Amino acid sequence: MASGIKDKVVILGMGCSRFGERWSSGPDDLMLEAFGEALADAGIERDRIEAAWLGVFFDEQSTGKSPLPMSMALRLPNVPMTRVENLCATGTEALRGAVYAVAAGACDIALAMGVEKLKDTGFSGLPERTKGTFEDLYLPGSTAPGAFAQLASAYAARHGYSMPELKRAMAHISCKSHENATRNPKAHLRNRITEQQVLDAPAIAYPLGVLDCCGVSDGAACAIVTTPAIARSLGRRDLVSIQALQLAPSNGVEMGHQSWDGTHTLTTPIAAARAYAEAGIRDPRGEIDLIEVHDCFSITELVLMEDLGFSDLGKAPHDVMAGRYDRDGAIPCQIDGGLKCFGHPIGATGLRMAYEIYLQLLGRAGDRQLRGRSGRGPSIGLTHNLGGIPNRNVASVSILGLLAA
Amino acid sequence: MTQFGAILSHGAHVPMLRLQRATIAAATAWTRPPARGAVHGTRAICNWDEDALTMAVEASRTCLAGAAAAGTAAGVAEVDAIAFCSTTAPFADRDAAVLASAALNLPESVDTQNLGASLRAGTGALISALHRTDGARTLVIASDARLTLTGSPQEMSYGDGASAFLVGPADDTALATVLATRRIGSDFVDHYRMRNHDFDYALEERWVRDESLLQLVPQTTAALLAAAGCRPGDVRHFAVPAGAATAKRIAQACDCEEARRDERVLAECGDAGAALPLLLLEAALEAAVPGELILAVGIGQGVDALLLRAEAGVRASGGRLGRTLGRRRDEPSYVRYLSHRGLLRVDFGMRAERDQRTAQSVAFRKRDAITGFKGGRCSRCGTVQFPPARVCVNPECRATDTQAPYRLAESSGRVKTFTEDWQAYTARPPYVYGNIEFAEGGNLLMEVTDIAAGELQVDDAVRFVFRIKDDDRARGFRRYFWKATKP
Repeated sequence: MASGIKDKVVILGMGCSRFGERWSSGPDDLMLEAFGEALADAGIERDRIEAAWLGVFFDEQSTGKSPLPMSMALRLPNVPMTRVENLCATGTEALRGAVYAVAAGACDIALAMGVEKLKDTGFSGLPERTKGTFEDLYLPGSTAPGAFAQLASAYAARHGYSMPELKRAMAHISCKSHENATRNPKAHLRNRITEQQVLDAPAIAYPLGVLDCCGVSDGAACAIVTTPAIARSLGRRDLVSIQALQLAPSNGVEMGHQSWDGTHTLTTPIAAARAYAEAGIRDPRGEIDLIEVHDCFSITELVLMEDLGFSDLGKAPHDVMAGRYDRDGAIPCQIDGGLKCFGHPIGATGLRMAYEIYLQLLGRAGDRQLRGRSGRGPSIGLTHNLGGIPNRNVASVSILGLLAA
Repeated sequence: MTQFGAILSHGAHVPMLRLQRATIAAATAWTRPPARGAVHGTRAICNWDEDALTMAVEASRTCLAGAAAAGTAAGVAEVDAIAFCSTTAPFADRDAAVLASAALNLPESVDTQNLGASLRAGTGALISALHRTDGARTLVIASDARLTLTGSPQEMSYGDGASAFLVGPADDTALATVLATRRIGSDFVDHYRMRNHDFDYALEERWVRDESLLQLVPQTTAALLAAAGCRPGDVRHFAVPAGAATAKRIAQACDCEEARRDERVLAECGDAGAALPLLLLEAALEAAVPGELILAVGIGQGVDALLLRAEAGVRASGGRLGRTLGRRRDEPSYVRYLSHRGLLRVDFGMRAERDQRTAQSVAFRKRDAITGFKGGRCSRCGTVQFPPARVCVNPECRATDTQAPYRLAESSGRVKTFTEDWQAYTARPPYVYGNIEFAEGGNLLMEVTDIAAGELQVDDAVRFVFRIKDDDRARGFRRYFWKATKP
């Protein structure tokens, strides 16, 4: 049995650009914004970085392929560099590359960058793209909201909720994230909304309305990682370590086999179980202080509470309505506003989630700082991405924690 | 008599969408002097994803399923030839009969023919098939979806539809045997449509009626009846493709005004071009009792005439036309109808700009899956799956190279999940799609067609139909796939 990644690598610095409709900024501007913050946080010279990973999803919309856009934007000194893409888990994939390189001893300090420039598409929502030369011959020309909306129709039918009941819980999720984002100056959407506004919003894909959907945003986020020893040698005392980095991709069961019932994501529980094992977490509900999950749509967040083990099967609507995942609840979810309101620049999202956990664990989250179970601040956080659509996806679950001195 | 083949089965497809002629009248009233009276009935219109080819496939499926049920053909493999007859085949140069044959899961050895350029294409092919003496079974399909100019009389009278007949050596399940056939050509230009022109150009109806229909049809039928040794008064069913008033005048001129003619096809579907005479013949067969004589006529630069005698098989083959006519949905929007036919440009947003290029090498490699809707069935665990794959999708199995082709087109499904997507591009929003679980197991994310917002529920039953998947407007190509629809 592999020993896993736990506590082998720590975060030396992180940065995150302001997310939003950054009409006057290109991918290079967004990357420099995040990188400048991370470099200052790490307190090192740019040339100490020995390897880098760039995550971009819609390369055809913005940067083009390869890691060269980052190499050129940051003028890094020809260090080894790779562009990665793993659907909406792209940012986490970049982090995985950097963390694994440091853990392997291949380099001492590595950079993980995620960026997405979506607002050059020309219309709202995500760009249209081919699903593959064969897939285009038989799959519907679905959109992301349409693909995820189906979770709701199936979930309501299976668990005996009326659609208005389920919609109300979904509305609570959106309102909570908007409320949290009012405390986040970097968030894309910072307005308060009411549940009634969510319910009355224009239809996007039944049963989702526009306020059930996350922001389509420009942004970048990055992490500089190293070993605990090097971090300490640089004078860092409080260290956030990587405790788990796990992935579970679909292998076609959801798309082709009857065993998947369409009410949840098949891959998330698999990735979560691996992550909990890697991090040594036995009771996620009792041990994890805050979570950042892939709330691309309100219904996604709702079913993820079950897939990650925080709510019992069929009970997430009750827990949501009871406030368990609110800012003052037992397990605050999307304390920074989440994809819903911080925004969802796809390649940056996984790193943005890590950025929030990192700030919270170090007590640097400003107006939105949580006190944690002990009252002395949170000590363990989880990030989750669901790349793709419920029918076929890549789930990632990462655990970050304060490294014991 | 025995030199002729017999009619072994038939099947009609009339699109579900129906445009009230009153809706057309209301939208186009400004183009004419005030109307004297109300207009009646509906015309069938293709949904955006239907054309002459998809209608032909659907009519053929009904026809072949009927044959299989009657025990005439144990399976579709017992079709030896296909004749696809249409003046509106979607491609000027791509074999529609071959494509239909593949969609119908017929072997590649089937003899395929495409006929068009005349409204007699269907009756002509039927006569040719009935004259075959080699024992072959021929599937004759006539299908038309003609464009009509806004405000024209054709816009009121035309409709879209398809009809299919299985013809072959007579057996005891035959619906009708043939007593005589006759074909006469006459370059009487009552209407025409040149290549690269969208609309028919039609001449004065009274001239057409008096100088052609009331002359040539009686001459042809008289000769036909004489050849068969029958009298006009023996004819019980008269399937003549003309409006009610003209049809009555023709029947009088033929001395068979006592014969019945079905008015549903013209009232509810409209004049379906090359398919109309065959649809009327289907109606006659469904109305006939064994032993009755049917006179069927095709008209178009001449006259085709067939004299048939209903046989015992008609007792078991009824109701097919009524079922497709009865599966109807009112199209309240004249503008949407124009949009579906490409007669009105609508802004569907930038998502509609998506490139629909087909990688033809992939389409050919995967033709059994895409056109034939064949998945795979694992010989080890029995799991049915689509698309077929080298390695079984069943997580408990995952065996390699164990799958045998398994056709899903005639299967049924259950709606596992669905959405009504207002953001995705479709010519008829919302785009309805969902995960469909096949009756045999297996799952596929599929478009649901012939549906409106609010109509689909989880656990609904669905069947599968062959439809237009996408139009590649940049390259002038159309691709097809199967969709789910409510039974």
